[in-house]
Amino acid sequence: MPRSLSAVLPPRGLADRLTALFWRRPNLLLVLLLAPPLLWLGVVYLGSLAALLLQSFYSIDEFSGLVVREFTLKTYAELLRPSNYDVILRTLLMSAAVTVASVIIAFPIAYMAARYAKGRWKAVFYLGIMLPLWSSYLVKVYAWKLILAKEGILTWAAERTHTQWLIDAALSLPYVGGNSLSTSFIGTFLVFTYVWLPFMILPMQASLERVPASLLEASADLGATPARTFRTVTLPLALPGIIAGSIFTFSLTMGDYIIPQIIGTSANFIGMAVYQLQGTAGNIPLAAAFAVVPIVIMLIYLQLAKRAGAFDAL
Amino acid sequence: MNNGRLMCVSVLSLATALSPVMAQVTAVGDGEGQLNIVAWAGYIERGDTDKAFDWVTKFEAESGCKVNVKTAGTSDEMVALMNEGGFDLVTASGDASLRLIAGKRVQPINIDLIPSWNTVDDRLKTAGWHTVDGVHYGVPYMWGPNVLMYNTEVFKEPPTSWNVVFEEMTLPDGQSNKGRVQAYDGPIHVADAAQYLMFHKPELGITSPYELNEDQYKAALDLLRVQRTLVGRYWHDAFIQMDDFKNEGVVASGSWPFQVNILKSGGAPVASTIPQEGATGWADTTMMHVDSANPNCAYKWMEHSLASNLQSDLSVWFGANPAVPAACTDGRGMQTAEGCTTNGLDDFEKIKFWTTPVSTCAQGECVPYYRWVSDYIGVIGGR
Repeated sequence: MPRSLSAVLPPRGLADRLTALFWRRPNLLLVLLLAPPLLWLGVVYLGSLAALLLQSFYSIDEFSGLVVREFTLKTYAELLRPSNYDVILRTLLMSAAVTVASVIIAFPIAYMAARYAKGRWKAVFYLGIMLPLWSSYLVKVYAWKLILAKEGILTWAAERTHTQWLIDAALSLPYVGGNSLSTSFIGTFLVFTYVWLPFMILPMQASLERVPASLLEASADLGATPARTFRTVTLPLALPGIIAGSIFTFSLTMGDYIIPQIIGTSANFIGMAVYQLQGTAGNIPLAAAFAVVPIVIMLIYLQLAKRAGAFDAL
Repeated sequence: MNNGRLMCVSVLSLATALSPVMAQVTAVGDGEGQLNIVAWAGYIERGDTDKAFDWVTKFEAESGCKVNVKTAGTSDEMVALMNEGGFDLVTASGDASLRLIAGKRVQPINIDLIPSWNTVDDRLKTAGWHTVDGVHYGVPYMWGPNVLMYNTEVFKEPPTSWNVVFEEMTLPDGQSNKGRVQAYDGPIHVADAAQYLMFHKPELGITSPYELNEDQYKAALDLLRVQRTLVGRYWHDAFIQMDDFKNEGVVASGSWPFQVNILKSGGAPVASTIPQEGATGWADTTMMHVDSANPNCAYKWMEHSLASNLQSDLSVWFGANPAVPAACTDGRGMQTAEGCTTNGLDDFEKIKFWTTPVSTCAQGECVPYYRWVSDYIGVIGGR
């Protein structure tokens, strides 16, 4: 074939060659583009998780206190010891309680912000929700310690308004009560709820904004009472947002180890136990086994959330 | 001449690295221009936090050694940093120092090159946490007790026993101690319980609160379980404890002189005492890395660290006791004899210094530290 009739021009340089190569093998370009983020995800992120998982299958030698690098399930069995099992149960219950309370408090706020707030008021709502996130987490927690202290502002206000009996009644409850709000589980719960609340409001508001007003009107036209409309139209449509928010509040509470250290009875949560076990104790296997617990719980939780359609809206 | 000496040192340090038996530096030459120290926060102050507390600037001017400080938060971090290398000195506590010696990360110190060595407290000169088989591995820096802090409005007389924090009782103001006392939120607190039992239950045969067999250990945990019913919150952070004494109605707790001094200076009605059972405590030593790149500067600093005005200011700054007792009285720094008494200078014999519990001990087999950790988690959790 004469050269002049060829449809393919001779390559003019490296760039042309590369373009041709990518055109002929589109998968190659894809691989090259995806390799860096995948390497990051695989090596740095999942790799460290795998290292953690591996550690949890080692055990600590009873006599020397040295880590034995042999595969065993002994460390996981240790999690079932009453004192360790308590830690897991305590963390789970607290996470669940904080999540439920966040849903109850956040819903009216999100509803107002999504349905009724317009223009400037909408900005005020957003600002009000986001503002606490701008200040340091530690500052907020220490501030709460002062608010809840036995001789703090809350007790003072209660004394002035003669509602001290309310606080006393709450503190005399078995298990959750205590000497003062800041040294009881009630205090830990209040601060957790305060700190994670914005993470519940925001996804909830986003999902409520997607509920079409026409559906609500249709429901009313068909004779449904406001309560029924809420139950059968608004709530099911907002559910994915609620679940998305609950993933945040639940997992954040599960992993936190600072709040229960500053406010509460000093009883350990999973994060605190991990922190203590990996220090001078050198009990890395048990610390790793403890760290695996929230991962497993969150995997189950996410699976359930997926079934409920929480990720359809994302 | 100086160059010759420097070469001599270099040759010797090379010999140190090569010979199986570790030798010491035999002469101090000119400074190498810099010095890298691993230290606890607040141990090496250059006037950044408070202008009045500066014991680095002058040293740098005189010796020509620029001081770089790497602060560490725990003994584990210190050991890890020293294992990594690149540092000349470390201010190691009793639990880290023996690990460093055993791991051969620090070198013997030639005390003849430290003229101020003879001013060091006689009680510290051959202390077991830095002297092994008669060989000195460091220069004492500072020590302090874990005192019993109490509210002077509730206790008109200082409490004479740790029982105020271990057993339920009626305090002098007529109310129970329930919910009004605190304890340290660290597994090492088991040692405080053991020390209490050592005094009150001699039949257990405890000889050291850091060496407990199964029975002794169980008795200590039982005592701590009683304490759990009295304690609202365990203290972890010095500043949170101070806040609890002010706002939470806490009237007695094991504590450090540091908190006592700060609360007192703020006008709070507190004081501290070492009860009849004695107390636990900590003692820190400046130790030199086996591969120190700046041995001359390191020796210069060790000498400088014993200067009585530095020791005096340091003990005021940290609320602890100087390794050089003259610092309390010679008026070269801010410390006074009364200040040292408050910090516990006269109570050395009553103090059991912190060491890491290990499984091999004098009585055969003891409960190692990792179990202290997991069991203390259980105790605080109410088990």
